[in-house]
Order: sequence, then C-alpha cells, then structure tokens
Amino acid sequence: MTYVNGFPRGAACIVGAATFGIGRCPGVSAVDMAAKVSLMALADAGLSLADVDALYTSAPFEALGGMELAEYLGITPKVTDCNRTGGSAFEVYVQQAALALAAGLIDCALIAYGANPASNPPKTVGMTRPSPWEAPYQPLAPVSSYALATSRHMYQYGTTREHLAAVAVAARAWAQLNPEAAVRDPLTIDQVLSARMVSTPLTVRDCCLFNDGAAAIVMVRADRARDLRKAAIPVLGAAHAVTHREISGMPDLTRTGAVFSGTQAFAQAGVTAADIRLAMLYDAFTITPILFLEDLGFCAKGEGGPFVSGGAIAPGGRLAVNTNGGGLSCVHPGMYGLFLLVEAVRQLRGETGERQVPALDLAVAHGNGGVLSSQATVVLGRMDCL
Amino acid sequence: MIQPEAEWRAFLALGRFMIQRSPSTGAFVFHPRVAAPGSGADDLEWVEAAGTGTVYAVTTILRRDPAENYNVVLVDLDEGPRLMSRVMETAADAVAIGQRVRARIIQEGDQPLLVFVPA
Repeated sequence: MTYVNGFPRGAACIVGAATFGIGRCPGVSAVDMAAKVSLMALADAGLSLADVDALYTSAPFEALGGMELAEYLGITPKVTDCNRTGGSAFEVYVQQAALALAAGLIDCALIAYGANPASNPPKTVGMTRPSPWEAPYQPLAPVSSYALATSRHMYQYGTTREHLAAVAVAARAWAQLNPEAAVRDPLTIDQVLSARMVSTPLTVRDCCLFNDGAAAIVMVRADRARDLRKAAIPVLGAAHAVTHREISGMPDLTRTGAVFSGTQAFAQAGVTAADIRLAMLYDAFTITPILFLEDLGFCAKGEGGPFVSGGAIAPGGRLAVNTNGGGLSCVHPGMYGLFLLVEAVRQLRGETGERQVPALDLAVAHGNGGVLSSQATVVLGRMDCL
Repeated sequence: MIQPEAEWRAFLALGRFMIQRSPSTGAFVFHPRVAAPGSGADDLEWVEAAGTGTVYAVTTILRRDPAENYNVVLVDLDEGPRLMSRVMETAADAVAIGQRVRARIIQEGDQPLLVFVPA
C-alpha cells in the first residue's frame, strides 16, 4: 500500500453506483429512498447487504439518520458516520471509507442519500440554528450568502451576469442529453438574465433546483473490486478543507477551501487540472462552478467568468462540466454531493450514452457544503491509471 | 468565564457597539468569542468599536409588493473584523462595494440592532 500525501492512492474503488427517484418521488420517506437506492447500488456491484460493514449517510432531516438506515436495512455496520459538512459530506465519506478500507478496518462501504423535500416538505425547519450574528439581517438562506460572494467576485474580477448565465445554460444543455435530468426544456442566456431576481445578482435561474432524488455508491478494496460486476473505478485522491461556517466568517469571499482540498487531492492522485477532462463541480448556484474552476486550477483566479463563456463547459466545449445537468438542471434534493460521484463513475465506465465524454480516464468530483464553508475534492480514474 | 453573546447584547442595549481585542496579540475580534480565532489567545477584552468601516460585499433581496426590498451587506470594520449588517438611510439597492459606512444602533421590534448608514 502506497500512501501519497496521506492518502492510499488507488487502494479503494467505487464498484457500485445508482440513482433513484430524481425529480419527484412522492408518497415515501427519505429513508425509504435511501434504502431503495442502496440496494440498487449493491446490485450494480454484484454485492448484497450481507457484504456491507460500513455505512455512511447524511439523512436530510434526521440527525441520527445513520442508525435509522442501519436498522432499516437490517445491517450491523462497524463504522457508521453521519458527517455534517452539508453537500460535501459525500466526498468526505469517500475519503474516510478509502482510509478505513486501506487500513483493513472495513471491507465494504455503502454511501447513501435520499430526500424528497419537494414531494414531502419537512415538518421541521432543519437541523441548524440561525446564526445570532446574521439572522437579524434576514439574509435568504442560503442564496444571499452566495449572492454576497458573487458580488465580491464581480467587483474584484469583472465577472458579469452573462458569465453566470453561461453556467446555467451549459448545465441545461447537458441535461437535455440526460434522460434522467429533471428539467430539460431549452434555456438561453437572455432567459436567465430576465428571470425573477431573488437576491442580487442571482436570479431564480442562477439557483439550483429544489427537488427529490436518491443516490448511492459502494466501495471495496481494489483486489476485490477486479472480480465484481462492473469496471471498478479507483479513488486516486480525496481531500477536504473547512474554512468557516457562516458567510461573514469566510476569510476571502472570492477564494474557497477548494484551493487546499484540490491541491492535496491532485497531489495524491499525481495529476493536475490540465490532465482532467470531466469536472463534476457542485453547482448550488451559478457562481460555484466559476469559483471551483479557478480554485482547482482549471483557470487563473478571476478568469472563471471568461472561462465558462461561449459554450466552453457545455457539450462540445473545451472542458466537460456537470454532464448530468448538475444541481441547476438535474437534481438537488437538499444535498447533492453524492450525485457528482455517481455521474463521474458512470462517465468513467462509459455508460452515459449521448452525453458520454469520449476516451475518459480521469474525473474530478468536487463537493461544496454550507455557504462555501466545506470543500471536498475526489479524483477518480480508470484501473489503467494505477 | 466571559459570556460572549450575552455581554455583547447587554452593551448593545446600552447603546454601545463593542468588539473584542487581545492585548497579547493586538488582534481585534468579532463575532465575540471566549478566545481569539487562530491564536487561541484568551485574554480578550471589550473595547469600543470606532464604528467606521467599508462595504465588502452586498446583496439586495427582492420582495413582492407591498413588502420593501432590503439589503444585506458584509462590512469590514476599520479595526479588521468583518460582520454582516444592513445599510440604511439610502435606497436598498444603492449600496456599493467599497462604500464607507458608519455604525448606528436602532430598535427593531423590541430588540436593539446594529446597522450602518453612509459615512
């Protein structure tokens, strides 16, 4: 086992991946969805519940969701984790599961999430308390925090609303190639610009969807992965950084913790941004892929706006970004990070039909949590990258 | 032990905008804490804020009629710390990044609230 920058490069692989209930999934509970998609991911791998000895899940409105899902599935995990770094939790799970697999602590990790807040609105108001230092000013959570970061990026680097709109339009163009995406009607730059303004400079079309969906992946060590049903996708690097909780605590609103997580994950994997042709970047709002393209090194700081313009991250562009349609046009059920990983796995396996990135050997899945607070980067490859 | 939020609110109710300072490091701190972030210095003292600062980021929240739009800003205090607030006594959407502002304590409902106005 070789550890590179603290990570066991290639020791663990994603061997199963599934999504379920994207768009609307009425009449069931979140844990019903998480259980259903877990079984689908295990079947995809050719494994069963009896193989699972580690469970990683972040239930949307149940703080003790790990125990809830273990009971529901009837398993007795050695490791049960309910990470609370928001939408980035799932990229953190990949890091933690890879370490536990490499150490021999566990043999098979199930990472699962399900939520249907659109069909089954929560009766509680979530699991976070309002910040006493921000709530009196009534920012819209979380859009106003991202709007503040956007305002600063525009001020410092000349980023425009047209640049932001290009991110939404590219996501929609990819969604049109994904039969599973929830929103597939055409979208133009002008439609984004003229959409209802929510919290300046972000319109409703700059904001991700609020819909239903479930996803799961299964991880085992590489030696076992070779004998399973589908091509195993090794985890080449995984790193995480937290810089703050509330937006008023973010050191620099134009520079995220992806600078740290990306640098470390790419060093572990032995790659640079220039080697990567698929970037799955958490698009909670149109500003986020722009920030992450800069912070992960796909372009220089401040050049993210021009980088995404002119269809450059749309189908046929210079870099494939968010090929499932992203949180903006495919699915965003409260937390989205696991869907990034599933799409990267499907692309690396060559399973994505019309939207397939040809001859793909490397992909990055970058998760974001809170209000740019938590950043987690996972580099995935094909077995021949090892 | 210091009670960071309760003591800060008690000062605010008396019409005083206080921040913290660590004599050993010279660092100013907001929001109030039991120790300075980064250094962990636990010698924090209350000091009167100058009350002047610069708008670092701004957003205006659009509401349906008849509700009025309002802004949410991040202000960099001249002492260094950044905080969330609102700029009043100007059109909600007329606040610009880089604009100089000064603090004011108003009553909102039954609570004192720290806001800013154009300097």
